[in-house]
Amino acid sequence: MSHQGKIAAVPAGDPMLPRLFRVETLRRELSDTVTLTLKAEDGGAFPFLPGQFNMLYGFGVGEVPISISGDPAAPDVLCHTIRAVGKVSSALAALKPGDSVGVRGPFGAPWPIQECYGSDVLILGGGVGLAPLRPAIHAVFAEREKFGNLVILYGARTPEDILFFKELKAWRSRFDVTCQVTVDRVTGAWNGRVGVVTQLIKGGGFDRPHTRALVCGPEVMMRFAIQALNEHGISDDRIYLSVERNMKCAVGFCGHCQFGAAFVCKDGPVFRFDRIRDAFRTREL
Amino acid sequence: MAETEGLKLLLKEAAFFQDFDDATLNLIVPHVTARTFDAGQYILHDGDPADCFYLLRHGTVAIELAAPPRGRLVLQTLTEGDLLGWSWLVPPYRWSFDARAVSLVRCLALDARRLRTLSEQNHDFGYALLQRYVRVMAARLTAARLQMLDLYAPMPVSNF
Repeated sequence: MSHQGKIAAVPAGDPMLPRLFRVETLRRELSDTVTLTLKAEDGGAFPFLPGQFNMLYGFGVGEVPISISGDPAAPDVLCHTIRAVGKVSSALAALKPGDSVGVRGPFGAPWPIQECYGSDVLILGGGVGLAPLRPAIHAVFAEREKFGNLVILYGARTPEDILFFKELKAWRSRFDVTCQVTVDRVTGAWNGRVGVVTQLIKGGGFDRPHTRALVCGPEVMMRFAIQALNEHGISDDRIYLSVERNMKCAVGFCGHCQFGAAFVCKDGPVFRFDRIRDAFRTREL
Repeated sequence: MAETEGLKLLLKEAAFFQDFDDATLNLIVPHVTARTFDAGQYILHDGDPADCFYLLRHGTVAIELAAPPRGRLVLQTLTEGDLLGWSWLVPPYRWSFDARAVSLVRCLALDARRLRTLSEQNHDFGYALLQRYVRVMAARLTAARLQMLDLYAPMPVSNF
């Protein structure tokens, strides 16, 4: 059972067999980060749930797990935001419209959107960690009336490293959302907040006992985010994290992503924090 | 009298002062003044005597350091509910950074010299004040350390 209260979207066929997709558009988000929109060569849709990931295969290079960053209500287009950090992700980020890519997925447990019904939702993202959160934000907006307050808090390295800048501006302009952005370091003209993202939590905008927090970012950031959320009255069973590990098979066979008693690829990547607290605090796990 | 009560209410609005009892707040209020700073105006300067500290009620303040030839480096911003300044607690009681109003800032200025004297005379009061201030300083220190870690930098080695 997923956090959604229903079975998560799963690959339609053999989960080990990549499906062929074509790059439709490429948008450069940051100096090292792009968003690719992909369409299936067979023309079929690609339903997924917010927080799930795909294994993207760069032909002749290799395969890596990448979170889906698009709108779950638009399954005809698959959207991936990729930061070039290694050989495979660099090859994927260098793809051009018309190029082909292999896709296995969708895999993993999603964000608990339905469990958030009736609650305030606090989205806390850092760096490219906003990408796996974006489908959850879309999902909340799609059924806005079913949720309480929506608070989006985002931290980036510098103003030039703010992911989805235009969307953040659009979210800030809505009357039904509180959206705050901060940067760790200032470069150039920046009149916004400076400081770590965890400091934005004290700005409030949510009812503590009735809030669920969805958190994604570097693990150290998430550790301190949990601490700050606890200090502000949000208990561990209301905090959800998207955990990143070295996923290979994506179906729980190979064990590369074992995380205590769980496999990140099939039991995660989204976990309720109280269920992984011990593993999360174990070093080098 | 009405002004004193008004200032006390404003103090009580802030998380920092919320659990002070009335008697303690009555000791503080005579040393509080409401202040306003326009956008761009400096609230305090590096090296100046730290003779007061501020409770921000409205607006944003940038903590800066002049670092020629790089210009002004913004280290942190503070907003509503934040306390500005802790150098008043530590000899030689001089500011270590500049603080600039990024927008219109409304705040309460607390006379640090008077509160230091009061703390010497009334150790219970001094302990209560310091106990709360240490929390603020610890949170700032943690935040500064996290900023130093450069958390969002690309991973040096990646299998991806």
